[in-house]
Amino acid sequence: MSRIQSVFAELKAQGKKALIPYITAGDPHPDQTVPLMHALVASGADMIELGVPFSDPMADGPVIQRASERALVHKIGLRKVLEMVKTFRETNQKTPVVLMGYANPVEAMGTTRFVALAKDAGVDGVLTVDYPPEECESFNQQLAQADIDSIFLLSPTTEPSRTELIVKQATGFLYYVSLKGVTGAANLDIVEVKKRVAEIRKTTDMPIGVGFGVKDAATAHEVAAIADAVVVGSRMVLAIEQSNANTLIPNVQALMKELRTAIDAV
Amino acid sequence: MQVYDMPDERGHFGRFGGTFVAETLVEALEELRVMYEKYRHDPEFLAEFAYDLKHFVGRPSPIYHAKRLSEKVGGAQIYLKREDLNHTGAHKINNTIGQALLAKRMGKPRVIAETGAGQHGVATATIAARLGLECVVYMGAEDVKRQAPNVFRMKLLGATVVPVESGSKTLKDALNEAMRDWVTNISNTFYIIGTVAGPHPYPMMVRDFQAVIGIEAKEQMQEMIGRQPDAVVACVGGGSNAMGIFYPYIDVEGVRLFGVEAAGHGLETGQHAAPLTANSPVGVLHGNRTYLMQDEDGNIVETHSISAGLDYPGVGPEHAWLKDIKRAEYVAITDDEAMNAFHQLCRTEGIIPAMESSHALAYAEKLARTMSPDQVVLVNLSGRGDKDINTVARLANITL
Repeated sequence: MSRIQSVFAELKAQGKKALIPYITAGDPHPDQTVPLMHALVASGADMIELGVPFSDPMADGPVIQRASERALVHKIGLRKVLEMVKTFRETNQKTPVVLMGYANPVEAMGTTRFVALAKDAGVDGVLTVDYPPEECESFNQQLAQADIDSIFLLSPTTEPSRTELIVKQATGFLYYVSLKGVTGAANLDIVEVKKRVAEIRKTTDMPIGVGFGVKDAATAHEVAAIADAVVVGSRMVLAIEQSNANTLIPNVQALMKELRTAIDAV
Repeated sequence: MQVYDMPDERGHFGRFGGTFVAETLVEALEELRVMYEKYRHDPEFLAEFAYDLKHFVGRPSPIYHAKRLSEKVGGAQIYLKREDLNHTGAHKINNTIGQALLAKRMGKPRVIAETGAGQHGVATATIAARLGLECVVYMGAEDVKRQAPNVFRMKLLGATVVPVESGSKTLKDALNEAMRDWVTNISNTFYIIGTVAGPHPYPMMVRDFQAVIGIEAKEQMQEMIGRQPDAVVACVGGGSNAMGIFYPYIDVEGVRLFGVEAAGHGLETGQHAAPLTANSPVGVLHGNRTYLMQDEDGNIVETHSISAGLDYPGVGPEHAWLKDIKRAEYVAITDDEAMNAFHQLCRTEGIIPAMESSHALAYAEKLARTMSPDQVVLVNLSGRGDKDINTVARLANITL
């Protein structure tokens, strides 16, 4: 059983839902990423989604885009992100880490080399935003051979026939995008999310995470009632952006505790 | 010769092209693909397109024998396909009409576009005004400064121009921002991409709408000289005017095809926009796989060209394919060479060319010198240079 599967199995046994914070590696400063990851775990993260900075993050809104730009000032590329995961793993062997990023950095490194380095670093899942299942069959096989989960997005516009296709390729968990838009947009419709998640559950037993529009404890609470995991990205990155070196960890942990409490109240 | 039949049904040109987008865009592209398949051979749609090209754009654009230029250069005869004479002053309008007619049939009341030099933005705003569609144009903040007259033209036409402050603040960032808008407003919005890039079906669809350039040229050359040219030369940023004139010539033997990229300050300086000529690595950006200017981490690097319309780090996937199969040859022209060709055409032929097209002219002159006077080089003069007069004046330290 993969680390991701174990976490979901464990939470299910306890009747709990997963909280998955997203941060961009290297934001606000490369030295702070690994401490930040440990701080997230200490304040209730069940899994960490770690963003790989990219110059052209087309699916992201302005908040996460700015995080990429801050990280790129320090020349944080995929190799350095993998080193960060490896450092994190030295003291944490339990919390799954999912890399979220775009295809080009992976292709620039070469998929074979990337999979080998990710395996060595202790990466548990990979979500490549602009690799729909049709365009990444061989990459997917390589990840499977290395026991790394392939996380795929499902969107409000994904047709049922396509959901089936994606479910066949996905492992670990499914990531339902809760709105039509980029990360951090404002228009999450909880009734619609509930309907779609119920539809997806008819095609699979895999855990379902929901993200892209979770802005506060109240939405986290609503989403937790429907999904197996709540992904919080832009809101987390905003807390990072609004902090200085001294307030960074306390601010992020305060937000985490608020979200954790809201999710556990389901 | 084998009949050229690209792309495959999923938009691949060999290893290039494809649909590399987030899941949030997949269904919108599928809807577009299905609708385009439905209308691309529909007689009524094609008749409406042809009508607008004739009566609204003023097609066919003429071919002009630049005799004085040819004599001055010495060598082959230089002919110009006058896309600069189209309504709005460039080839861009061909494609925007095609896509806007499709938007209308799909019941989308709102169109969006990205623009670099502003020509595609103006062409989109123009057809949106004519069809009564809401129009939003994304333009890099740098380009907004460089191309103020076009920004004003778009506003006159009723479009909203949104300056994009992220990344390098140029064309690629405008494209990112337009994609973000599209994914958010997918139900009522049609994204009119201006070049032969983006995810499938855009590279194919834009090529098809621009192919009118090459289709006309083949007839016109036959009429004028009784045969086809020895070489066709066109500038390449994303590559839509080049694909438009190349495409009908791909299966014609004996016609060499030259795509001219922007060498900026020189390929050796790294400050250019010539991924094909500089042998950039293959990567994925804006929904397709192609040659891409990038650093070792796979981040897209900033490009440089005197001409905003060529200032793009990638290139349409079909050009990448034509390079690999050696059907087209790709070369690059520096800012200075383009500027010289600009002035040369102004003074010898009374035509002010766009800075983009000046790159094609500069290479055509080089090429013509190596050929004999009975040979023919056809240049796609993709646009007129009125929009560039501020740039030219600034470089010459002249205040207008």
